[in-house]
Amino acid sequence: MQIYLPIAELPISIFLVLGIGAAVGFISGMFGVGGGFLMTPLLIFIGIPPAVAVATETAQIAASSMTGAIAYWRRRALDFKLGGVLLAGGVVGTVLGVAFFNAMRRLGQLDLVITLSYITLLGSVGGLMLTESLKAMLSARKGISAPLGRAGHPWYFGLPLRMRFNRSKLYVSVLPLLFLAILIGFAGAVLGIGGGFLMVPALIYLFRVPTAVVVGTSLFQILFTMLAAIMLHAATNQSVDIILAMLLVFGGVFGAQFGARAGQNIRGDHFRLLLALIVLAVGVRFASEIVLRPDELFSLGLIEIRR
Amino acid sequence: MRRAALALLACWWAAAARAETMVLSLSSHRVQITSTYTGAELVIFGVIDNERRSVTRQEPYDVVVTAAGPRASTVVRQKVRLGPIWMNLAQRKFADVPTTLAQISSRPIVQIASPDLRRRFGLGLDSILDPAGYDLIYDPTFRTALIRLQREAGLYRSEERGVTFITPSIFRAVVPVPATAPLGGYDVDVALFSGGVLLAREDTNFEVTKVGFEQAVAQAARQHPIWYGAATALMSVAFGWLATVIFRRD
Repeated sequence: MQIYLPIAELPISIFLVLGIGAAVGFISGMFGVGGGFLMTPLLIFIGIPPAVAVATETAQIAASSMTGAIAYWRRRALDFKLGGVLLAGGVVGTVLGVAFFNAMRRLGQLDLVITLSYITLLGSVGGLMLTESLKAMLSARKGISAPLGRAGHPWYFGLPLRMRFNRSKLYVSVLPLLFLAILIGFAGAVLGIGGGFLMVPALIYLFRVPTAVVVGTSLFQILFTMLAAIMLHAATNQSVDIILAMLLVFGGVFGAQFGARAGQNIRGDHFRLLLALIVLAVGVRFASEIVLRPDELFSLGLIEIRR
Repeated sequence: MRRAALALLACWWAAAARAETMVLSLSSHRVQITSTYTGAELVIFGVIDNERRSVTRQEPYDVVVTAAGPRASTVVRQKVRLGPIWMNLAQRKFADVPTTLAQISSRPIVQIASPDLRRRFGLGLDSILDPAGYDLIYDPTFRTALIRLQREAGLYRSEERGVTFITPSIFRAVVPVPATAPLGGYDVDVALFSGGVLLAREDTNFEVTKVGFEQAVAQAARQHPIWYGAATALMSVAFGWLATVIFRRD
């Protein structure tokens, strides 16, 4: 069954979109990631214009992070104060990101920018996660529990404007937190990802936030950053397709529920290894796109239609 | 000089041969995009009138129907190897290219008209994109790439035996409108030939528009972007919240 997407301006199979939504939702529910880094490339792959894919995916991330944030809030595993600081940075990053997105789109290099950023991000994050989880598995086999980093505080904890975050057991300068949030907000708006897969490890490894509150806090921050991104994309490039968004959200919401149940039966280090492999696989897929000689050397860009 | 002479010659040629007239009828002048739109087909009928019978044709009639979508500036980019990666480095801009193109003829275009005539009257996909009267040597790589990509996307089509003659003077052709056809005005041009000579030329048009819900959504996105964004945001939040209610287990 086909449905015409009013903003993407093409007909697409309802079941294909629902299926993609459900599949990505399953993975995102299982690993507690937003799934944007899988969804946006998939949408581009099935023929949705990159601009529409990136802008529309923000709506789907908002919905799935809403579901997640509520669940963590009920378990009191959410630090609103920390989330608020990250949110402030996230919104600034998003504004910059959308502006950059629109500029690159005008220059005709948007596709390359998206591809290169995906390779860098996915490759480095996936690689780090892979080595970390392999180390953890090896030491688990030897019977030693791997310590999380060194003792003592890194230098950036002591920068000016220190703030106390009780729930996260953190006393830290807000500057590095804001910097991190701006960076992730920027990447999110340009790439159509929530950034959970960047935020969660950053909070754990760089700021030593207790794992229990990290995911909830990150979801809270992502929810509001993505709501801001929807508004900005809608207002500046009019590429948000509400019909496509609705289908993705619907499929994603169901997939995530089943994914979350499946995820409870996986061991922690195996879980991180699997996620690392998925992240790396998507990165390799992107890399192959620009490193191998493409089948089609030419591509078209429409500048403007005279109506 | 040569071009002017050719044009003059063409005028004289056309006037001398103008014994036939053509009447066209398009099945619809408006293609409406609704939520179930997956492309459309229009039928064009034509009647060839040779009332005065001033000329008796030895050869049968040939008809070429060309339907062209709204024109756009299009950039063709070529990936070039730069160090380890391939990136878009070479490009060529085409200022005025139809976004969609369908050419339907009664037999292969090469048999209908001479290369010169084809180029002058834009017959055949190659000739349409060739800047008129340009026979300087220039690299056709980008032009062929453009046509190939548009064909693969289903936007350019040619059908070499798509015009059927119901009687010797009444013909019929199906004009396809692709699923991804942009909105706007489409021109349908019909050229009548016989024995390699252009006898008559007529045109008509149709419009592709969004209607109803699709129209409302697209308009809202363009005219009230803030409200549209807010509605999308609200929809996401509501769905997300609803999911926790539906799947709540405690």
